[in-house]
Amino acid sequence: MSVPRFWREIPYRYRLIGSYCEKCNETFFPPREICPRCRRSGDIKDIKLEEEGEIFSYTVIRTAPPEFDVQTPYAIALIKLKNGPLIMSQLTDCEMDDVKIGKKVRMVFRKISEDGEAGIINYGYKFVLAE
Amino acid sequence: MISIVGYGSYVPKNRIKTSEIAKIWGKDPQNVERGLGVYEKSVPSLDEDTITIATAATKYALKRAGIDPEEIGAIYVGSESHPYVVKPSGTVVAAAIGCEGELKCADYEFACKAGTAAIQNVMGLIEGEYIKYGLAIGADTSQGAPGDALEYAASAGGAAFILSKKNKDSIATIEETLSYTTDTPDFWRREYQHYPQHGGRFTGEPAYFKHVGTATKMMMDRMSLNPDDLDYIVFHMPNAKFPVNMAKKLGFSTEQVTQGLVVSKIGNTYSGSSLLGLTAVLDVAKPGDKILMSSYGSGAGSDSFYITVDDAIEKKRDMCPKTWDMIDNKRYIDYATYTIYRKKILMR
Amino acid sequence: MKKVAVIGVGITKFGELWNSSLRSLTIEAGTKALSDAGIPGEEVDALYTGCMTGDMFVKQGHISSLIADYGGLLPVPSTRVESACASGGLALRQGFITILSGVADIVVVGGVEKMTDALGSQTTGYLASAADQEWESFNGATFPSLYALMAKRHMYEYGTTEEQLGLVAVKNHYNGSLNPNAHFPFKISLEKVMGSTLVADPLRLFHCSPVSDGAACVILASEEKAKELRDDPIWIRSSGQASGAIGIYDREDICTIDSTVNAAKSAYKMAGVTHRDIDFAEVHDCFTIAEIINIEDLGFFKKGEGGKAVEDGITSLDGELPINPSGGLKSKGHPVGATGVAQVVEVVTQLRGKAGKRQVKDAEIGLSQNIGGSGGTAVVHIFSR
Repeated sequence: MSVPRFWREIPYRYRLIGSYCEKCNETFFPPREICPRCRRSGDIKDIKLEEEGEIFSYTVIRTAPPEFDVQTPYAIALIKLKNGPLIMSQLTDCEMDDVKIGKKVRMVFRKISEDGEAGIINYGYKFVLAE
Repeated sequence: MISIVGYGSYVPKNRIKTSEIAKIWGKDPQNVERGLGVYEKSVPSLDEDTITIATAATKYALKRAGIDPEEIGAIYVGSESHPYVVKPSGTVVAAAIGCEGELKCADYEFACKAGTAAIQNVMGLIEGEYIKYGLAIGADTSQGAPGDALEYAASAGGAAFILSKKNKDSIATIEETLSYTTDTPDFWRREYQHYPQHGGRFTGEPAYFKHVGTATKMMMDRMSLNPDDLDYIVFHMPNAKFPVNMAKKLGFSTEQVTQGLVVSKIGNTYSGSSLLGLTAVLDVAKPGDKILMSSYGSGAGSDSFYITVDDAIEKKRDMCPKTWDMIDNKRYIDYATYTIYRKKILMR
Repeated sequence: MKKVAVIGVGITKFGELWNSSLRSLTIEAGTKALSDAGIPGEEVDALYTGCMTGDMFVKQGHISSLIADYGGLLPVPSTRVESACASGGLALRQGFITILSGVADIVVVGGVEKMTDALGSQTTGYLASAADQEWESFNGATFPSLYALMAKRHMYEYGTTEEQLGLVAVKNHYNGSLNPNAHFPFKISLEKVMGSTLVADPLRLFHCSPVSDGAACVILASEEKAKELRDDPIWIRSSGQASGAIGIYDREDICTIDSTVNAAKSAYKMAGVTHRDIDFAEVHDCFTIAEIINIEDLGFFKKGEGGKAVEDGITSLDGELPINPSGGLKSKGHPVGATGVAQVVEVVTQLRGKAGKRQVKDAEIGLSQNIGGSGGTAVVHIFSR
């Protein structure tokens, strides 16, 4: 992955900054420049999303692309953020059997992938089961 | 006076037992456990490194401090396992908590005392009124070569401290700090080398004990302290034997050391070691309690701190997970998994 | 309104075709289709080719020129259409619209994918390019995992079972065993499906369509040309296309693929029929859960009842509404860009009554549905004799 392509998304990936349409009172993640509901851009603002949510759906990946292969099996979930949208994220530090729809989760800051041994390290959000 | 207004700790969830490592190398597990006083150590997950550990501890420190991250004027991350040799860990932490911009930032390295060195430098910047709040972090994902004695203890964890001038939100006040430094090559890692080397028994008397002992005695003299004036003692913990023996030599009791002695359950977290001990003490200390902490960094030096606990500790300590609770939240891995997590096997 | 007919179809064997290249596959399918239509290349006015990942799998861009050139069709205007796994279906729609517009009378629509020239380890990543690279693939999501997320939720909300998912594979493999061009032309048992290795829970290997090479081609003609050239043209009654969110995270309901619902609505309206008029359908079963969701979204079954319909045999070859008589993507194979066109080859073959052992009885009106990604694109076509 090229460096600038990763770098420009840093605030969103590190801190869960999403978009909020003041007109529609709706939040979006990832951020959007135009509200998909009212189709306007004037009322779109950045918003810090809550770092808590619950699992809406999940799966455990057993076959992965090379950069994620060493992590298998790992869980991916769609998470309904508290007062916020659905977001796709990896779940980390969990036993696969403990992952269930409806379980509470919270955000952690982790390495997502590395561009080999010598390249850039990509950080971002993951979620863990909330104790 | 400079105070701690927020503190946070982080210990990865994975543990490997000393006995599991000893078994692999054909050693008598009980001998090793008894010799080191370390029964298990923390292991970072594949997606954890010094930066993620530093960030996790910092987020707790921020919560306890209750300040806007943008008010932080300096970030110093002390570690001997920065993920990048060139590209500061502190910049990533800054972005992760949202305080990029006007910010003083650099990474520190002084073996296991880079975190306490970071605290001292933040203190100076606040005292000199260059910044209002400063963030000092000690975190590591240290590596010992497979089969080396270091492998039983080298572990991962970290702690973060937000400092400011003493105010009503002070958790603890740093009454005094001093350092003792010499050129003593007891442990080192050359550039491009994966694992550190060490001088075996040379790391003891002329290194750890001389530096920690001297710095602590200097502090006791300067502040006119007797051993029983102090409620808690925290020393750097390369294993459980060294800090306990150090305490005995200086006239302290085991009770003064026990609360901060996290090493027996998580190993040596290097730059995080004495600082994690301090967080464990703050988790239980009462206002007015006196703490003496002396770190140790190979090479060699010791930073000593004399700390008084303040009133705000009572309302702040329960805001975040406590260090011993984090230590107890664990999952065990075997040696094979450990070799993958710590990238000890050559992969395609 | 003008009418458009399919007057020729051609398809290659699907599978791991080590001796065939991207261009040779396309030419083989095209030659078969032209000869089926009984027209020479000079009559072709335009060429559309659906191909998703030629740029990645064989590092070949500019596929439009390549196909026109090696197909011996120069200087016919040639266009490559890409919309992930819906590339073939969209190529057909472009051909359909081109004839409706009056600028062409004869259009060749091809679809191709050469997938086995890449290593298996690269394939997962290439296919994941159909997902949102920044917010899905970046996090380690794979293509099967997106459909697995739909499956888990479908099971949670409607009680759909792993057995029902498995029965989709069993049914499609039965149909595919009757299709000599299928990648996997053999029957499988439910036990075999349930015992296959997990790819992304709850999806197992036998819930997933394979990585296949293959090409398909159809020849479209205006009404006058069609009547002139054939006495059994198959009419494209309608074409409906709709877009949906690229990321599964932005779907209101992950048990429904809105783009299919919207594309089907347009297609039914344009054809002047309802789902009750459809005699059989080729739907996009890239994963078994997709077939269950698709037959609900197309209106054949109520939401949540797709799994039961499969279990009850309604969608079997001899059932009330045969689904995927060709074997579907699951058994016939899924050379991504070829799939949407291959579906049409099957629908036309069925409507001509030439499907042999897998012939659907009294097939009058057939439907094809092709999806791109996890639902970012859907295209539905309705055909009749």
